[in-house]
Amino acid sequence: MSRLFGIIHRDLRLALRQGSDSVMVVTFFVLTVVLFPFGIGPEANILERVSSGVLWVTALLASMLSLDRLFQADYEDGSLELLALTPTPLELLVLGKVAAHWLTTGLPLMVAAPVLAVLLNMNADGFVTLLLTMLLGTPTLSLIGAMGAALVLGARRGGVLLSLLVLPLYIPVLIFGVGAIDAAVQGLPVHAHLLILGGMLLAALALTPWATAAALRQALE
Amino acid sequence: MSDFAPNARFSGHGLACLRGERMVFASLDFALDAGGALLLLGPNGSGKSSLLRLLAGLLKPAAGRLAWNDQPVADDREAHSARVHYVGHHDAVKPVLTVWENLRFWAGLHSPAAGDALTAGALERFDLKRLAEVPGKLLSAGQKRRLNLARLLAAPAPVWLLDEPTVALDRASVKRLEADMARHRAEGGMVILSTHAEIDLPGAAELHLNRFTPAAPDMALLAGDGEDWL
Repeated sequence: MSRLFGIIHRDLRLALRQGSDSVMVVTFFVLTVVLFPFGIGPEANILERVSSGVLWVTALLASMLSLDRLFQADYEDGSLELLALTPTPLELLVLGKVAAHWLTTGLPLMVAAPVLAVLLNMNADGFVTLLLTMLLGTPTLSLIGAMGAALVLGARRGGVLLSLLVLPLYIPVLIFGVGAIDAAVQGLPVHAHLLILGGMLLAALALTPWATAAALRQALE
Repeated sequence: MSDFAPNARFSGHGLACLRGERMVFASLDFALDAGGALLLLGPNGSGKSSLLRLLAGLLKPAAGRLAWNDQPVADDREAHSARVHYVGHHDAVKPVLTVWENLRFWAGLHSPAAGDALTAGALERFDLKRLAEVPGKLLSAGQKRRLNLARLLAAPAPVWLLDEPTVALDRASVKRLEADMARHRAEGGMVILSTHAEIDLPGAAELHLNRFTPAAPDMALLAGDGEDWL
């Protein structure tokens, strides 16, 4: 366990000192969402109608932005070899790295989302649900994305390949994330959506670290 | 630590390594007892680095098996990782972390029991103590290499796998490394090392890897495909 916290601590420290990733992700999120009122016009009811979809699609793209750096730096400087050679299971270390990735990208997105929801004139009934879906959905995005990032390690133009691999897998999260918010706005129960999002998070938590670790071992051979 | 037991034995039988389509070496046997050292020799491309990666567990042998005290290593990968230190071509030094933070992280990850005292001792030993608060990006190549080597002492493990450890080191540092290897072996550790430079490793067995390169059929086949293979 102390090893898990060790790697989270190290990755957070690296992210804080390098600084760029979290700022870049949130800036992308904010700027892209701000583009929509310019693109589709300032009519409040149209913006309100598309707000949940716009927020989720943009959050999804933003969280993908920083994925290709998740293992790349460690791969290039030899750290990944040493991580694979520690007595700790690589699956656990992957989980640590993903946790750090979520804390530096997913969490800032969650904080920014309600502010942007106001900008898009989202109905106030949807705010709590928006936060809940983000809380359950963004870690799933990080977990699935890590799998893709590990698969494209060492490939040229890995970033493009990564989005082709990962985006289709993001679709279920998107559907239920948006569905929950729309249900909340219309005053319908949201439990089912949230439970499915939670189920997807648990499944990703249990399965993706194995796949990611296997892909990393393959990349190191 | 039990792995430092005086009767420990690290051995490989019939090892073969396949890189891409090429058989780098085949039917390679070795055995190393506690306190022993093995010097890997051979021209570029003869498989020294591949063998070290294979011994560390980064590569899977195409054939043959590795054993620790006659127990197959593949049965318990994590126990094997705990016994092995691998120093490869990359120094794994993070530019934004200080020397101390870099080393402390690797030591803690390798064995949680390794405390601050061991880390401080390792820095002292490799003459990095005055650089402890310096970020990795300001280190020279030789200093990075010394920081990488300091892991050997910061988290004790019986088997040292060193891939050309003397690259970028000055003469004084090479001497210090030789002394550390001698002390490690006196304590019952093992050293497996590849190098092109002169290094003093008294009583080390030599393994000439070019002797295990599969001869005629494979190579003739490859040569027939054209020279772009090489």
